[in-house]
Amino acid sequence: MASGRLRGGFLFFFLPVALWLALLIVLPHLELLRLSFTDSLAGRFTVANYLAFFTEPIYWLTFVRTALYSLLVTFLVMTVALPVAFYVTKVVDVRLSGFLMVLLLVPFWVSELVRVYGWMILLRESGIVNQVLTGLGLLKEPVEFLYRDATMVMGLVYTSMLFMVVPLIGVMDDLDDALIEAAYDLGASKGAIWRTIVIPHCATGLVSGGIIVFMLVLGSYLTPNLMGGKNSLWFTEQIYNQIILYFNWNQGAAFGFLLLLLSSLIIWAVLKVTGQRLKEVVK
Amino acid sequence: MAIALSVQNLTKRFGSFTAVKGVSFDVDEGRFFSILGPSGCGKTTLLRMIAGFYRPDGGTILFNGRDMADIPPNRRPVNLVFQNLALFPMMNVYENVAFGLRRRGEKGAALDRKVREMLARVGLPQSGDKRIDQLSGGQRQRIAIARCLVLEPTVLLLDEPLGALDAKLREHMKIELKTLQAAVGTTFVYITHDQSEALVMSDAVAVMKDGRFEQVGTPQELYHHPNSAFVAQFVGTSNRLPVTFCWDGSGRPRARWGDIDLVLPEGFAAEEGSPWDLFVRPEAMIIDPDEGTDNVLSVTVRALLFDGGNSRLLVTVRDRPEELTVALPQTGQYDHVRRGDRIRVGWASAASRAFPGGEDRG
Ligand SMILES: Nc1ncnc2c1ncn2[C@@H]1O[C@H](COP(=O)(O)OP(=O)(O)O)[C@@H](O)[C@H]1O
Ligand SMILES: [Mg+2]
Repeated sequence: MASGRLRGGFLFFFLPVALWLALLIVLPHLELLRLSFTDSLAGRFTVANYLAFFTEPIYWLTFVRTALYSLLVTFLVMTVALPVAFYVTKVVDVRLSGFLMVLLLVPFWVSELVRVYGWMILLRESGIVNQVLTGLGLLKEPVEFLYRDATMVMGLVYTSMLFMVVPLIGVMDDLDDALIEAAYDLGASKGAIWRTIVIPHCATGLVSGGIIVFMLVLGSYLTPNLMGGKNSLWFTEQIYNQIILYFNWNQGAAFGFLLLLLSSLIIWAVLKVTGQRLKEVVK
Repeated sequence: MAIALSVQNLTKRFGSFTAVKGVSFDVDEGRFFSILGPSGCGKTTLLRMIAGFYRPDGGTILFNGRDMADIPPNRRPVNLVFQNLALFPMMNVYENVAFGLRRRGEKGAALDRKVREMLARVGLPQSGDKRIDQLSGGQRQRIAIARCLVLEPTVLLLDEPLGALDAKLREHMKIELKTLQAAVGTTFVYITHDQSEALVMSDAVAVMKDGRFEQVGTPQELYHHPNSAFVAQFVGTSNRLPVTFCWDGSGRPRARWGDIDLVLPEGFAAEEGSPWDLFVRPEAMIIDPDEGTDNVLSVTVRALLFDGGNSRLLVTVRDRPEELTVALPQTGQYDHVRRGDRIRVGWASAASRAFPGGEDRG
């Protein structure tokens, strides 16, 4: 009787989760996987869709460029988020740190699209930044800040900051202030304290935040598309083009799986090189 | 002997609250100096100013005669053993000890030799590769001290380092710490709220209360010649008898405790009828004293507290509310004493101290 009720309760909670996983995640992916191994015209089994990635330089070059920029953005996000998290948890008063957390979260209540358009209003040729700079006489003529890779990187850093700051605040909160003081007392400079105490302590937060940011940036579409350079593509745009422009779902699906596979490979390699263990990071 | 640390008129305020109020003291090179005081009296605040973590609101700190104002903690010739030890969990034991040396840019064989020598000195030569969480409480203690001593500081500051240990280990570490200090010859400034730690280890002790030093002296001086009621009470244990002063018929000083007249030390003088507190140590109270002892009371045994060499009797005198503690030497001579017995106890007047009453009642 008791065990029967227990099983009923278990099913009651388990079924929706299982259905959600199966219908929304597993099934579509199985279908995409099937498509990626199918010839777009004849409908036969083929690996040509995957081979195309390696034989066509435009495809793999786009991927390499996307991956390198994603690594750069992840690194920049880390260097910005570390001091921010340190300031929020260690420097300011406890009451103020809650308020600062809200300030950090507010921009993320707005959709990514609106945020990117916000940046565009600021940065376009007739935008506020140009008006101020020319008004002050710092620039002779307005400059087009948009559609440059540097602007795109900045936009990506901005949109993914929070996903690094939140895990970092979590681990930084656990850092005993006495450790910092002890290091200072034993003769460490500020730089040495960061290098030997703060960053090693935050390693798990850096890795988990890093994985989230890297994946997010690699798979982002809006920001690179709207702010990035005109003659350079983000890999997600290649997928979009295949599916929407050329109606080649098979090629798009193959690219999608390659993106998943290669990004997992990069994360695995980075974890290996830095000596971090995924199990400890997830914990 | 050279003065390693000189503190003059040091003051620290937190808002309107003054935590340290004009403290001055000197510590000779190679000494074990303790600051003893109840929790919240400002010990940690004082130590943190010396280490450089708090900027004093007044006064000066000199190491070997050099003024430390505006010198940050990482450039002071002083190291601090933190209350919670603050060992670095992200490094192994070896790296913890090597930390300060590496920050000075030392490396290679010289560094390795110093670290290994220090690990051997604190009795943990094989523990270099261990993680911090693999060490026992006493071992962590030693590593926290080794990590500082390897830098050969002018002064080592210790903030209640034995507080987290259990009683047995604490007894052991007291002796070990004293031996280590004598062996390395570094000047120690040790703060504690445990009077036994301060008495056992120190060459000199300062008793601190409410941000001020009450008395500075050797442990023996503090114990036998306290100069305030607070010190008499806080250092060791004492019986406190609230008395009023009076002159007896032949002009000798007397203390009136209820309806009992007690003899005061020779030459003691005060205003007739003024309130005083008389302090007598439990071991100064002798059971079945010789005839002719200054003060002899007839008392009732209320409880027998057996604690080996530290055994005591709790006794009361007729209708007096105060309970007195009397040392019970375990020599076999007093084994017949039972609860409820009426016995005689007495003490020599020279073994008692009197301080103005009405303060510190509690
Ligand atoms: N940072 C601080 N801000 C305000 N008050 C403090 C601060 N640090 C200590 N105090 C106060 O100063 C007094 C002395 O504290 P502390 O030096 O830690 O005492 P102890 O170490 O002797 O227990 C306490 O009453 C404490 O509340
Ligand atoms: Mg303290």
